[in-house]
Amino acid sequence: MALPTYDEVVAKWDPVLGLEVHVELNTNSKMFCSCATEFGAAPNTQTCPVCLALPGALPVVNEKAIESTILIGLALNCKIAPYSRFARKNYFYPDMPKNFQISQYDEPICFDGYVDVEIETEEGPKQFRIEIERVHMEEDTGKSLHVGGATGRIHGADYSLLDYNRAGIPLVEIVTKIVPGTGKYAPEVAKAYVAELRDILRGLKVSDVKMEQGSLRCDANVSLKPIGSDVLGTRSETKNVNSLRSVERAIRGEMIRHAELLNDGKKVKQETRHFQEDTGLTRSGRSKEQAEDYRYFPDPDLVPVTPAAAWIEELRATLPERPSLRRKRLKEEWSVPDKEMAAMINADVLDIVEATVLLGADPTKARTWWLGEISRIANEKELPIAELSITPAHVAELVELVAKGELTDKLARQVVEGVVAGEGTPSEVVAKRGIKVVNDDGALMAAIEKVCAEQAETAEKVRGGHLPAAGALIGAVMKETKGQADAARVRELLLGHLGVN
Amino acid sequence: MINKTAAEMADSLAKGETSSVELTQAHLDRVAAVDGQVKAFLHVDSEGALAQAKEVDARRAKGEKLSPIAGIPLALKDVLAQKGVPTTAGSKILQGWLPPYDSTVVSKLKSAGVVIMGKTNMDEFAMGSSTENSGYGPTFNPWDLTRTPGGSSGGSAAAVASFESPLAIGSDTGGSIRQPAALTGIVGVRPTYGAVSRFGLIAYSSSLDQAGPFGRTVLDTALLHEVMAGHDPKDATSINAPVPAVVAAAKSGDVKGMKIGVIKQLQGEGYQKGVQTRFDESLQVLADLGAEIVEVDCPSFEYALAAYYLIAPSECSSNLARFDAMRYGLRTGDVDGASAEAVMSATRNAGFGREVKRRIILGTYALSSGYYDAYYGSAQKIRTLIIQDYAKAFAQAEVLVSPTAPTTAYKIGEKVDDPMAMYLGDVATIPVNLAGICGMSLPAGLADEDNLPVGFQIMAPAMQDQRLYQAGAALEAALLSKWGAPILTKAPELKGAK
Repeated sequence: MALPTYDEVVAKWDPVLGLEVHVELNTNSKMFCSCATEFGAAPNTQTCPVCLALPGALPVVNEKAIESTILIGLALNCKIAPYSRFARKNYFYPDMPKNFQISQYDEPICFDGYVDVEIETEEGPKQFRIEIERVHMEEDTGKSLHVGGATGRIHGADYSLLDYNRAGIPLVEIVTKIVPGTGKYAPEVAKAYVAELRDILRGLKVSDVKMEQGSLRCDANVSLKPIGSDVLGTRSETKNVNSLRSVERAIRGEMIRHAELLNDGKKVKQETRHFQEDTGLTRSGRSKEQAEDYRYFPDPDLVPVTPAAAWIEELRATLPERPSLRRKRLKEEWSVPDKEMAAMINADVLDIVEATVLLGADPTKARTWWLGEISRIANEKELPIAELSITPAHVAELVELVAKGELTDKLARQVVEGVVAGEGTPSEVVAKRGIKVVNDDGALMAAIEKVCAEQAETAEKVRGGHLPAAGALIGAVMKETKGQADAARVRELLLGHLGVN
Repeated sequence: MINKTAAEMADSLAKGETSSVELTQAHLDRVAAVDGQVKAFLHVDSEGALAQAKEVDARRAKGEKLSPIAGIPLALKDVLAQKGVPTTAGSKILQGWLPPYDSTVVSKLKSAGVVIMGKTNMDEFAMGSSTENSGYGPTFNPWDLTRTPGGSSGGSAAAVASFESPLAIGSDTGGSIRQPAALTGIVGVRPTYGAVSRFGLIAYSSSLDQAGPFGRTVLDTALLHEVMAGHDPKDATSINAPVPAVVAAAKSGDVKGMKIGVIKQLQGEGYQKGVQTRFDESLQVLADLGAEIVEVDCPSFEYALAAYYLIAPSECSSNLARFDAMRYGLRTGDVDGASAEAVMSATRNAGFGREVKRRIILGTYALSSGYYDAYYGSAQKIRTLIIQDYAKAFAQAEVLVSPTAPTTAYKIGEKVDDPMAMYLGDVATIPVNLAGICGMSLPAGLADEDNLPVGFQIMAPAMQDQRLYQAGAALEAALLSKWGAPILTKAPELKGAK
């Protein structure tokens, strides 16, 4: 049978989702030792007896990691357990030094929450509530690099290299309850959920949330049941989903794969699958039919986590505005069209634009600068916009200079270039580069007369009422005045000179 | 010089009658002379010890304020990591491992100027009661070289009993300090759980393990206890409270008016006649000193052994998972094409001894899905019942007492093929570990039938360790005056001794 189309799939089958998101916290030190956590350090330089599991070494909980986890729980409307414990998840794997992972099992620190997400549908915006089962703490494993062999996996490799820098980095796992009722929107809802989580976590400043660096990782569980049925189908768990777009693609792909099997009367295997970025398909991983026995038990080296109620309330009071509400508010306050709002979110400039507006800049102008010229420079330099040396204060100053007529938009772009090059504030760049608007009507008139004489034919057309021809003359005048003239003023004087209004 | 107590040696050092270098050399000479028969040490660090001794002598010469036991030699159980010194936990799987860090206990010893002479033999990963489970051969009891010194800290106990070292450190998970102290006629204390940092103590059973001191007298043991105990931020289970005043208690040694509870379940049937007799006599001595003896009932103790042999193996099955040939220690089977899994398996098969494997398998089973509640879960409930039994008993008495071990030292090889018989030797010591409280064993004399030492166990509530020393010192003084000489003077001379 042919692969069913997505529309055929959702006409017959109802998808049920379950999402597990792993977040690396951005604490300065690891979960159970004082090793540094910086990304990208030389292999095995951020290790110690504890995270290498040397004989006799003991873990001690990083308080900051607990605080971050509670903040996440609160932001996801969870209850915070007054008593929770760490458990050992026992299994052998070379990148896990202790051969057990310290995690939480039946006593997670946060539980029973929800996140509301909104997606655009043909019928307009639609809201979905994603219920959160639990938020718990655990430690990351090291990284293995399997060399040789076809699959890049441990089986068949010639040898493997191990980097324990990541071993013991604090991880928070956020697990949803099963998410039914999303129908044909399942892939978009999942994507919106992960995006919303990312924004919430970023707002809390507890993680770098960089999917490409693995600080935010998503495992997507998908199953299909016949529309109208209450019986859940067999699920597959797709790992290695490393971008928002991949979340959507992976779920869509799995829905189609499941439907094909089910349409053929075959069974879906309960297994782990790996998402392939290049093909958008998933590849079979470890079979989960025989559930692995992790022999969880409370970690006897650690004491229970018992956050005081007063502390939890203190943390709750520090929660920032929910990202979705904030976006709604800013959109209204700034009267931004939907498309532009989406562009700002995609370009990740919302914070920086808001900061610029708070310094007095006009929202539209601030947005245009950040989204336009400055984003262009950032792309060109392949740098995140925040790493350019131009700040919201610079942009606010620039907007003001333009508003006062001291700069034209064109000149202002030169100023931006100077600020990015580290030449100082906009005023300093203006002073150093000697940039100023030519406001001397006499000088402008001289240039206009010169240009009209040189391009007499064009001037004649304009005089005859063919206004579009004026552009060429204005351009020439601007060139003549080295771009320092105000184009609007040039136009005004030119048209006056040629006797048209 | 080596026959003195640590307190006397400290006094000689303070007065300048001897130096730490001389003292250390004398003990190293003793080790050279007799350890071929006793086999207390796995590694003797002569060079390191003499360097430490020299440094302490220099600090003393400069008039620095030193700890009361600065310059005194000590034997360290091989379960504690010492930077740059071979540390094996008695296992082949760690042969040749040189720790890159010091355990907190070792750091404390070093800063107190205690001279660490070397690492002592033990049952592999502290699993055993006779030191016969060591990967490097057994230790022999200085009282009778055909017998075991007990275990798992048998090397440390034998070193002190044979005058190879005045002080030693052991670890006690189910009686591994108190039982060898009993079998070799010395004093051993298992401090309250959390009183001594476990950082750098190679874990057997994390919720039960606790390092503690050995000495030939109650006071010597207290001097070491005070140096090694104290809060450690590197151990999450470490108690953040002042160290109980154990030295002061050992010096006062008074039981007048003290209520002493005899645990009904830990005497009588199953206890060797000579052990019971010496225990009863000691009780009478305490009564004569003005203590009030009461009997207490601890019905749940009947299940202690069963609970212990579920909890300890469960924890060890996880704790010992790290020995996988990947980062340190033994690696075998790493031939062309062998998978990581195959190398791990071959190494663990070659590196672990039978008892360790037995306990890993037992623990793995007890934690398995579907069996967890019946085994590990039930064992934890028994643990709670034992804690409750102690709470009730301590409401009636300040300290509780029992024989330390049901028998005196047995022959090497006598129980190796009968693990249950071996496990039963821990019946009186295990409840202390399960409840996380403290216990001491001190000599109560020799059993009439075999002329071997009998241990008297004293137990006190958590963080009331000073009560052990207060009662122990009183009993020790009364028995000493009764015997006329320390018990170890009755031990036979070892061959080669000067």
